[in-house]
Formats: sequence, structure tokens, C-alpha cells
Amino acid sequence: MATATANINFFQARKGLFSWIFSVDHKRIGLLYLYSLMTFFLVGVTLGLLMRYELLNPGKDLVEAQTYNQIFTLHGVIMIFLFIIPSIPAVFGNFFLPIMLGTDDVSFPRLNLLSWWIYIIGAIMALSTLVFGDGPADTGWTFYAPYSVNTTTNVSMSVLAAFVLGFSSILTGLNFIVTIHRLRTPGMTFLKMPLFAWSLYATSWIQLLATPIIGITLLMIVAERALGVGLFDPSIGGDPILYQHLFWIYSHPAVYIMALPAFGVISELLPTFSQRTIFGYKAIAFSSLAIAFVGYFIWGHHMFTSGMSGTARIIFSILTFFVAIPTAIKVFNWVATLYKGSINVQPPLLYALAFIFQFMIGGFTGLILGALATDIHLHDTYFVVGHFHYVMFGGTGFAFFGALHYWYPKIWGRMYNVKVANIAFTIFFIGFNMLYFPMLIAGLMGMPRRYYDYLPEFHLPNMISTYGSWVLAVGLLLMLGNLIAGFYKGKRGVGRNPWGGITLEWQTLSPPPVQNFDRMPEIPKNGPYDYENKPIIKE
Amino acid sequence: MRTSASTFADGVDLSLYIITGISLFFLLGITIVMLFFVFRYNKKRNPVASNIEGDHRLEIIWTAIPTILVMVMFYFGWIGYKPMRQVPDGAMEINAYAQMWKFSFEYPDGRITDTLVVPIGKPVKLNLISRDVLHSFFVPAFRIKEDMVPGKNNFMWFEATQEGRFDVLCAEYCGQLHSYMLSSVTVVSESAYQNWLTTVSSITDEHPGLTLLKQNACLTCHSQDGSKIIGPSFKGIYGKSEIVETDGKDREIVIDDEYLIRSIRQPNADIVKGYMKGLMIAYDNITDEQIKDIIDYIKTLE
Repeated sequence: MATATANINFFQARKGLFSWIFSVDHKRIGLLYLYSLMTFFLVGVTLGLLMRYELLNPGKDLVEAQTYNQIFTLHGVIMIFLFIIPSIPAVFGNFFLPIMLGTDDVSFPRLNLLSWWIYIIGAIMALSTLVFGDGPADTGWTFYAPYSVNTTTNVSMSVLAAFVLGFSSILTGLNFIVTIHRLRTPGMTFLKMPLFAWSLYATSWIQLLATPIIGITLLMIVAERALGVGLFDPSIGGDPILYQHLFWIYSHPAVYIMALPAFGVISELLPTFSQRTIFGYKAIAFSSLAIAFVGYFIWGHHMFTSGMSGTARIIFSILTFFVAIPTAIKVFNWVATLYKGSINVQPPLLYALAFIFQFMIGGFTGLILGALATDIHLHDTYFVVGHFHYVMFGGTGFAFFGALHYWYPKIWGRMYNVKVANIAFTIFFIGFNMLYFPMLIAGLMGMPRRYYDYLPEFHLPNMISTYGSWVLAVGLLLMLGNLIAGFYKGKRGVGRNPWGGITLEWQTLSPPPVQNFDRMPEIPKNGPYDYENKPIIKE
Repeated sequence: MRTSASTFADGVDLSLYIITGISLFFLLGITIVMLFFVFRYNKKRNPVASNIEGDHRLEIIWTAIPTILVMVMFYFGWIGYKPMRQVPDGAMEINAYAQMWKFSFEYPDGRITDTLVVPIGKPVKLNLISRDVLHSFFVPAFRIKEDMVPGKNNFMWFEATQEGRFDVLCAEYCGQLHSYMLSSVTVVSESAYQNWLTTVSSITDEHPGLTLLKQNACLTCHSQDGSKIIGPSFKGIYGKSEIVETDGKDREIVIDDEYLIRSIRQPNADIVKGYMKGLMIAYDNITDEQIKDIIDYIKTLE
């Protein structure tokens, strides 16, 4: 591979818009996802800020009830289907999985490009409800029947968009599974794969096996709305509880589609910034598979108050507690990885530490919701809203931004301003907790979710939460501003391995050449985090 | 935590305190250890890392301890929940109805109210009935909640332990005015309850048509003063000409008995221009006689 052309990096290879949007290079596709995801994320954030502004005081602050209901639905649809489900796998998985495995691309590069196009088509469909039809859906992102069957808003287009987006997810999952099985470089056995690859492997199986269920369920909604087939609406012979089962059979495993890749990122950040091997490699790798497996059997905990039989509630509750065990194992192993390390506190590590703290709060509040007695009280209250934002945003969101700060010098070959990144992180972290912690309190007090207006006793936590949303927005803008400024003014010449990492992507050039490696990567002898026998990397 | 006013509150709160207690211990413990490691093993203090690959004993310990603890948590959650599904014999039964966006209650003697009045210390069973979409009956002070599912009659029961007035909220998103779907439960002494039962309902001097409009939650969406809520106001509606959409075509009609009857029985047949379809359910429960009363009352709203 030591030819001159091999060293042309993937940015320089070809120029022009078409060379990007029709590229089959996994690195370019990863960045296409990054730019599109971030665009939708900012739309979702804006909708979230509008919601928080509306809830600053009881009564009307900004919009009418109907508009508010459409805003929270669109916020959910965008954040779930357009941001958090694709997030880490589509961006960092696409970019780094083949490099970490020592290969030159995913198994099906064209399918990979098609996945991005499907994603864009789905996104356009979701956003088209803003302009076409009787306005965006006002059902909540869960599209619960029979309200979703009866409302005049554009539910059909919203669920069709989610249906289309599902294919992007399925195909990406398929691509990663085949890549991991077939394209590992010689010598990279399964147990020598980095943990990020392991987490993507577990995630991909869920994407492949669970997503078709939501696809068909959403089509059933469309059939019911358009053709009057009685599936979920009891007035035409359907069953609304059937919808909830079908919806959560996908949407609970989907929680692990969102969370497992984040676990993978954290398992990369901690060894690098501690300069030592991960503690309990196998325990972390296999607990991902355990979570993916057990995650299939606990969807019923979303339905403890639905009128499901008492026995079913007890079984789903006990199974829900089982999923806490592999998750706890991960947390203990992560913290143990810091033990006797040589810790270099850099922005990506800060995100990883915040992840562990916030993800624990998300997990512990999940235990409260998994227990029957407490769930009956807290179900469908702001406690749930606080809980899943701690998991999804405090967990996966922070891991996403941690990953962005970690792999930034590798992707762009430049370094952002570290001092500004640390300040932005601090503001972001404070804002996040100010925004979501009061929601847990409001929920304990009994404030239901999806509330346009609320009783005066809920005012204080709502006020603090709204102020928190402004702090968070400042932190986010500073963070993104700093990263964007880094594209233009960031220090060049970061070298191959600015953080002293050990996985294969740190052995190649920054940015990587088109074929990923300018020379054969050397695989550490005793597993992927064997810092004692770390290959010496020459520039 | 808020007031506890039912026999379930202690069980729910106990499991909440146990889970929260264990969780806080681990949250703080793990966070402190994590920050201590970051401080103690900072590269300035510890320039060379030790490569510790793992420890089987530790893995077993931190698998076993969480397993035991989550089973303890499950147990208390289950014990606190169990009585909620075991209705004692002889519980007083009240039908609770939900429709967009109003609760109403039907007592054994046939009286219908907007708010619930129950005696202290007596088990009360609510039959939960939804007339349109999903709703959820939530009384934070009682720690109870159960969804109201159309076509499937759920139930809940409770025994109040404290006199007073407590909020009832709808906890399942049900459309535009979900956050305004509120009611209350007033807990009174046995004697006050008997007294309440025997008092002649104050609604008898009301026009029977108005009573029906209230009972069927019509006034949630249709005002009596000309203001627009969700549907057209009743004020001055009788005899008015309107443009309505029928099967996708606009036509002009005069609002008369026939039109009003059709609007109650088949609300989506004609939609007045500027209003949304699909929000109102067909009211088959209202008799022809009753519709006559309603129309008589609407005629008085000039």
C-alpha cells in the first residue's frame, strides 16, 4: 500500500457536492450522517426550548395547546428517529468500525450509501408534515391508538416517515453484522475486537430483528386511518392495548439501540485516557449481548397501568430488574478501569465521567419505574420524562459529544481549543442537570407528562427546568462553535495518535487516507487494550 | 413527597424510599470513588499506569450484590402493589367515565357528578370506562393510577385515610385539552357522606337540557357565550345558516332539529367550516327524549 496515492486523505480524494452525496466511502458516509444528524438535532433542540419556554409559567406563555402538542410530538419524532437511533452507529460506527477492524470499508458500501439516502428521504417526509396536510401529528411520538387513528393531523405521513427511517436502521445493522463477521483483518479474532465494535455488534442485531415489528405496526396505523381496517380502534373492532404491545416490542429494545453504542464509546474513552487496559473486557463485551437479549422481554413495563393482567405486570417487573444487572457490571468495570491508571483529564474524558454519573441517575430512576408500586404512581408523569432524558441525553447524548471530541483530531486532522471545550462542557453539564433533575421532582409531586398547562403547585420545578434549558443551550452553542471554529483555525499536525490510543484507528494518518491505512496496522498481542505491549507508532 | 391519603400510600412510599436509598448510596459511592481515582491516579501523580486486566472475584461480587439488591427492590415494589389489584368484598362501586376532556362519576343511585365524593375508611371500587380515546385516572395523593381504555373496562380501588379534597388528573395524553382534564375527589366523614347522598341534587332547578350538556361533557368544547373553544358555540346557533362540509363538499344549511340530532348521533357527517373533524364521538347513550331537552335548552341561548 506504500504508494503515493495511498496517502491522499479521504477529504482530498475527490471534490464537489456529488462526490459526497454519492460517495460509497464509509468515512464520507459517516460524515454525511454527522452533518444531517446535527441539523435535525438542532431543530429538535429548538423545539425543546420552545416547550420549556411555554412551561415557564402556568397558563399560556407562547403558543396554543394544539401547537404545543404538535411541538412535543415533532420534538420526540425528530430526537428519537432522526437523532438518537442513528446517532453513534451511523456516524462513528460508519467512520470507525472498518478502521478499528483493520479493513478498508464496510461489507456493502453501496447499501451503506442507500441507507443514508433512505434516512434523508424519511427525514424529509417527517418534516414535510410542517408544510403539508393538517399540520404535524399531535399524538406524541408513541402514536397511541385510538387517538392516532382519529385525529385529523398528519399522523399518516409521520408514521410513514418512521417506517421509511426503519429501513435505514435495518440496513445499517445488517451491514455492520456482516462486516464484523467477514472483514476483520487477519489476527483480529472476536475477542481482540475493540469494545466499540462489540457494542455495535449487539446493537446491530437488535436493529435487524426488532425494527421490522415497528415497521408493520406503523403501517397498520396507516391502514386503519386510510382504509378503516379495525385493528386498534375499538369503535371499529380493534384493540388499543394490542397497539401498545406491538409498539413497545420494538421500542423497548430500541432503547438499547440508543444506549449500547454509547457504552461502546465509553469503553474506548476510559482506557485511552487512563493509559491502561480496560477492566473486565469479557464482562463488558458479553454484558452488551446480555442486555440486547434481556431487553427483548421487558417491554411490558411501559404498560403497568394499561389494564394488563396482574400476573403479566409482575413478570415484566421482575424481568426488568434483570436488565439492571449487566448494566451494573458495566459501570463497575468502567470505574475499575480508572484504578491505577495514568489519567489524562481531557474533554472526551469529562464527557465520559458525566456519562457515568448521569447514566447512573437514569438507571436508578429506571429501577424506581421498574418496581410495580412506585411505577403505578410515577407512570406517565414528568418523572418518566426526566428518567429517559437522563438515559438518552445524559447518557447517549453525552457519549455522542464525547466521541465527537475524541475522534475529532482523527477525522479532521486538526485540534479544537481544549480550554474552550472544557468551559463549554462545564456549562453544558450544569445546564443539563438543571434542566432535567427538577422534572424528577415534578413527577414525584404528581405532574403528568405531555402537559401544556399545569397546576400552580408544579411551578417551581418547571421554572428551574426552563432556566436550565437556557444554560444548556449556551453550553451547547459554545461547544459546537468551538468545534466549528476548529475546522478553520484548529491546530494542524495532530499526528497519528494525539491521545495515545491503542485501537487501530490511531495507527493511521489523521485524516485517514482513502484506503484507511497507509501501512499494515499492527494488532496488539494480548487483546485490543494491551497497553503493556503497545505498538510503537511512527509518524 | 405530597400528602398520603389512602391505604396504598405507605406501601408505595416504602418501596420508593428503599429503592431511592439503595440507589443514592451507590450513586454517591460510585461517583466519589470515580472522582477519587481521577484525582489519585492523575498522570501527574501516577505517570505509569498498571495494567490490571480484571479480577474474577470482583466480577462475581459485583454481579451477585446487584442481583440480590434488585430482587429486594422488586419484592417491595410487588408487595406495595399487590393490594391495589385485590378489591375487598363489599366495596362501594362507582362508575367513572372519561371522555375528551372531562371525568364524570355515576353513583349506584344513578346520580351523575363531575367530582367524586367518597366516605373515609370505606373501600371504593371505580369501574373505569372511556367513551373515546385513552385516558388515565390518577390521584397522586392516593398513589393510584390506571388507564381508561375504550372497549375494555379497567378498574381500580382505594380506601381513603384522610379527609380533604384531592386532585384527580388525566395521566394519559388524550388530545388538545389533556392538561385541563382535571377533577377532584373529596373525602368526607361517613355522616357527611350520608348527608350528601340524601341532599336533593341542586341541579334540579336547572333546565334539564343544561344538565344533560354538563353530564355529557358537551360544554368542554361548546361554549354558551359565543366564544370558540373546540367546536361551535351553542349561543344563537339554532336557526342560523352555516356552511358545512358533507362528504368533502361544501353546502349551506339552516341549523334545525334534524341537523342537531344528526350532529349528536353522527358528529362527523357535517362539519361546520373552520372546525376540525374527528374530535367528537357519536353520543348513542343520549335518548331521543333527552335530545329534545337539549334542543329546547339550546333554543333559549339567543
